[in-house]
Amino acid sequence: MSIEARFHTALLNPEQGVPGELFSWNSSDTTQRFNIYRNNLVVSLIEALSSTFDVTQQLVGRRFFRALAREYVPDNLPDSPVLALYGEHFPDFLEHFPPAAQLPWLADMARLEWLRVRAYHAADAAPLSSRTVAARHEDPQQLLNARVQLHPSLGVLDSEHAVASLWAAHQGQGQVADVAINSPQEVLILRPEFDVDVIILPAGGADFVRLLQTGASLGSVMTHTLEQQPDSHPQHILEILMGSGALIGLQPEQEYKP
Amino acid sequence: MKTVVHTSGAASERPAASYPAGALPAGAGISLKPEHFEQLLETRPALGFLEVHAENYMMPGGPYHHYLNRIHDRYPLSIHGVGLSIGGPDALDELHLERLSQLLKRHAPEAFSEHLAWSSHKGHYLNDLLPLPYDETRLALVCDHVDQVQERLSRRMLLENPATYIQFTGSTLAETQFLTEVIRRTGCGLLLDVNNVYVSCINHGRNSQDYIRALPLDQVGEIHLAGFTHDRDAGSAPLLIDSHSTPVSDAVWALYRFTLGLTGPVPTLIERDNDLPPLDTLVAEAASADRLLQSAGQERSA
Repeated sequence: MSIEARFHTALLNPEQGVPGELFSWNSSDTTQRFNIYRNNLVVSLIEALSSTFDVTQQLVGRRFFRALAREYVPDNLPDSPVLALYGEHFPDFLEHFPPAAQLPWLADMARLEWLRVRAYHAADAAPLSSRTVAARHEDPQQLLNARVQLHPSLGVLDSEHAVASLWAAHQGQGQVADVAINSPQEVLILRPEFDVDVIILPAGGADFVRLLQTGASLGSVMTHTLEQQPDSHPQHILEILMGSGALIGLQPEQEYKP
Repeated sequence: MKTVVHTSGAASERPAASYPAGALPAGAGISLKPEHFEQLLETRPALGFLEVHAENYMMPGGPYHHYLNRIHDRYPLSIHGVGLSIGGPDALDELHLERLSQLLKRHAPEAFSEHLAWSSHKGHYLNDLLPLPYDETRLALVCDHVDQVQERLSRRMLLENPATYIQFTGSTLAETQFLTEVIRRTGCGLLLDVNNVYVSCINHGRNSQDYIRALPLDQVGEIHLAGFTHDRDAGSAPLLIDSHSTPVSDAVWALYRFTLGLTGPVPTLIERDNDLPPLDTLVAEAASADRLLQSAGQERSA
């Protein structure tokens, strides 16, 4: 076992003491000195989580958030030094963390916030405007047969709770008290240019986007959405996607890659 | 048992690699933080350069790259890595090297630096700059890592002296000997963190001026200045924490002045990562460093 392996183990397991091959110049107990490294590791990763999951933290309060982050960190160390995207599994952890069960929307709020950070740092791409789409596809059938290329920043969330409204209320858009938290919401998260948008989709919208992500043609996605949810409005969903900048390219049927 | 292929004898005979040296001006710069992007572009304060952590820009796109491009149009840029784990026994992470290579191609900074420390082990990133034992085996390994980085990036890197809190019984070389040898064998430069020197020397009962005199000062490509916080160890001896959360201390300013007397003017960074003050406060600290740089230059030419 290398010294780094013992160091690593001791960082995460204070009860195991400090590696024996460490010393201090004045022969003082090495535990207190080693605790600086223990503290740096945990506190810096808690900070990384708290900057990504800001509203999640506001919902439970700073003390409780730090306590649950402290539970999460040791078993979920980052696998890369690119910490902006640290915490991908934090929402799933929250979902199964009993002390957080009183707020059943907490995990979805964390999912929304993680998708926002992911969108913020995703590759840049120029959205297709509705006008371009109309000009290139005068024949509606041709448009229906096309596959769409979605914006690299795009994410969708399908929640049993009104997490997008609750998130917006924490940004000063509306009052938290007015949010009907128990109404389901389907949410589109997207950064068409500089700012990340959080857009509430009509019913069936999340599945609509997920089907597009599989490479299905626009027409087949619209048909499928209507079959699954007869009261949905696929045309309206498509308009919202185009208006929000979610589409960056159209691939006509004859150009499908094999 | 791991076989160390790269013997120290072979390494010392190999000519040091030659890459273009960095082109940071010998002025004072500050750490660039997203909170200051807009104000910096609007007010354009006089600064020698700006420095960012490489890992904060290793994403595919987004506003950070946009701002960094615009700021780099106006100021020289230093990219400072914190996650390569050069000092550890594990092989360097290929994926991370590739991210670094892409980032340096994208932003073409005037300088690139990393740390004499380790931060990853067996695929886990520990998000700290951890200390290493100083012996011949580790020296050969660190030289291999620095060679690999410089070859991969086709540029000379600067290696930063660490701030540490603990020592290894197995160390057979002084930290200054270890750094001197890495620099001699690989041809890399030294990022002399004067705050780290002060912090480590207090933490290990050493004389900080002796430490600085023992380094290859003609290879210093950049200086870092930062603030620390105070603690005490279990024996009530002072223990300084390299927190980057406070202004540069008087003691570190004095050690900086001493250093400049030996090196002459060197690009100098006011490094701040935590408890971020207003931009003006950092610019004022950089101006203080600039005044010392100018008088160091005048003393040299006098």
